[in-house]
Amino acid sequence: ETSGFLWRGANPSCFTKVAIRSRMSYVSDSSTLNKALRQHYLTLPQGQFCQLTYVWIDGTGEGLRNKTRTIDSEPKSLADVPEWNFDGSSTGQSKGYNSDMMLIPVRMFRDPFLLDPNKLVLCEVLKHTGEPAESNHRNRCHKSMEKVTDLHPWFGMEQEYTLLGVDRHPFGWPRHGFPKPQGPYYCGVGADKAFGRDIVECHFKACLYAGVKITGTNAEVMPSQWEFQVGPCEGIEIADQLWMARFLLHRVCEDFGVVASLDPKPMVGDWNGAGCHVNMSTVPMREDGGIEYVEKAIEKLSKRHPEHIRVYDPHGGEDNKRRLTGRHETSSIHDFSSGIANRGASVRIPRQVDQEKCGYFEDRRPSANCDPYSVIYEMAVTCMLDEK
Amino acid sequence: MATSASSQLSKVVKRQYMELPQGDKVQAMYIWIDGTGEGLRCKTRTLDSEPKSIEDLPEWNFDGSSTYQSEGSNSDMYLIPAAMFRDPFRKDPNKLVLCQVLKYNRKPAETNHRQTCRKIMDMVEHQIPWFGMEQEYTILGTDGHPFGWPSNGFPGPQGPYYCGVGADKAYGRDIVEAHYRACLYAGVEICGTNAEVMPAQWEFQIGPCEGINMGDHLWVARFILHRVCEDFGVVASFDPKPIPGNWNGAGCHTNFSTKEMRENGGLKCIEESIEKLGKRHNYHIRAYDPKGGLDNARRLTGHHETSNIHEFSAGVANRGASIRIPRSVGQEKKGYFEDRRPSANCDPYAVTEALIRTCLLDEEGEEPVDY
Repeated sequence: ETSGFLWRGANPSCFTKVAIRSRMSYVSDSSTLNKALRQHYLTLPQGQFCQLTYVWIDGTGEGLRNKTRTIDSEPKSLADVPEWNFDGSSTGQSKGYNSDMMLIPVRMFRDPFLLDPNKLVLCEVLKHTGEPAESNHRNRCHKSMEKVTDLHPWFGMEQEYTLLGVDRHPFGWPRHGFPKPQGPYYCGVGADKAFGRDIVECHFKACLYAGVKITGTNAEVMPSQWEFQVGPCEGIEIADQLWMARFLLHRVCEDFGVVASLDPKPMVGDWNGAGCHVNMSTVPMREDGGIEYVEKAIEKLSKRHPEHIRVYDPHGGEDNKRRLTGRHETSSIHDFSSGIANRGASVRIPRQVDQEKCGYFEDRRPSANCDPYSVIYEMAVTCMLDEK
Repeated sequence: MATSASSQLSKVVKRQYMELPQGDKVQAMYIWIDGTGEGLRCKTRTLDSEPKSIEDLPEWNFDGSSTYQSEGSNSDMYLIPAAMFRDPFRKDPNKLVLCQVLKYNRKPAETNHRQTCRKIMDMVEHQIPWFGMEQEYTILGTDGHPFGWPSNGFPGPQGPYYCGVGADKAYGRDIVEAHYRACLYAGVEICGTNAEVMPAQWEFQIGPCEGINMGDHLWVARFILHRVCEDFGVVASFDPKPIPGNWNGAGCHTNFSTKEMRENGGLKCIEESIEKLGKRHNYHIRAYDPKGGLDNARRLTGHHETSNIHEFSAGVANRGASIRIPRSVGQEKKGYFEDRRPSANCDPYAVTEALIRTCLLDEEGEEPVDY
């Protein structure tokens, strides 16, 4: 319980709500702190100083880290953002006796939490030698994308995720059990169908503010599971955008006191998994008659299925084994397949692409916790760089 | 507590995000009817600028195998924007877009009754048909029990609740008030609300709407109700008989008139229409709930201000009849009539289409005519 502190603008019923929420063991203690009070501090003017929050991928290849610094004026572009460093021994990225790792800014966004003029800065990580860190797949992705700029590859990625309470049970599910079977939840509306929409709404707004290219959202097939889409972006930008969108999601969930999980199969049994379907096209595919190039690309993909599976999750395919079963709108991990409007295939050609004879295709294999840099790198290698 | 976990999330935090400026980008939430013919689904896309009319909204598609509408092996279905409204949840410039669903071959989906309704309405445009529909519904907790009822039991018998006031009479008024205001903001033609006979049961009325607008406005009003209830952590049920026993069911009484009925001496035309309806009772019963009459069989018993499902009847000011002619219409010899048969979970496109076919297109027999 808070003390008898009454803040101007704070409503006495805030305190009752705090008491109720602290009895809800599935949201964090942090989320029960007085947000009206926080608002007072966050609206204090800050002069010409600017806060930059640096965001990077840690040693797991899935986790995100961040820290903040003050600079003397608002950076107008990436060139104004200095390089930085951090203690890699605390993020699974180096040993304690030689722990400094470098943070190299790669893309800047507006900060939807601290607001203008403050920024979020996505970084890539280098070892002290200047080489990319083990989980820095951006470096070689960038090089391969530079080789195919004339093809202008566009990507769109569909990020699925599950909301969990801090007790790790899906948010909104009955405390020691399960909701009714799947069927009514996909794109559903109503308190018995949609669990945690507030997070989705707030994440969408945060992305729009930040300048993340979010194109849509929908409720997914499993209750408490949601999806947002990022793109279309050319080349490496898709992966930068997706990583920042994920950071925003984790921060929004943190504010509400719940957890976003990108685990590809959070609930065993007759419950859908979570993927990150990637849509791709090149200039030839988008032009009249381009379906020929779509089919050629799929042919090339069919010959490198194990290579792709190895990079479509951060554990060499082990994570996807739990998800790609051939059921629940997935293809089987063992076989490559493709089809028009077929959601049980590895690659789906959308119906309107088949009708218009040009467009794009959807690779449904990447898992929700994939590294998008690794995914698009492999797609470039197979479909665009003609390597075997 | 029978409200959802979602509704306990901090709304102060939510407001801080929802007030973030979004530049020129606009969020359009596409809404459609799923394979049950009763359920609504929605998903959102970003647009680069505010759509000024329905023509500015692109077609979209969705996975019909997840909404009881297609198989996984051939799952793409089309969403065709039909009517646009302001979004009372995300506010301006964001939009709600009601859509109709087409199958992969561009034919209407099984539960897309809008397409033929539109065709029928176009045929009788010159008669200026007006509709008003009275949507009854019950508020339930997430445990499926009526909201505000004692946990393992029942409140006192019906009597004091209809249009009642007081914490012992009106259960969940906040939802009704919020829904009303949201509909006004959105541009939905909501003309009134009242508490109903069963506690936790309410009604709102949509209309008068001309032609196809009736179906569009009622479906969006229902979507807004589900979203408002979701925000509060409760559930709106359109089941026509949620509690068996001595408790009222929930209907969607449909009021109907044409230009001729509204003019002097129009009562004659009203009586002729009722005559035609009397000869086609079974066809209408099949159109008046999503299960071809099975849902209404639990509700239209002849008790609790309903007519009996097996018989057709009509009368002035008679709430036990299939058709009621309001007393004022009987006196002024013009106006409209009320068909009390449709169930709360009816499809308004199917209901309004059936009334036009029988009363204005003079159809007879068990099957609709294919024009």
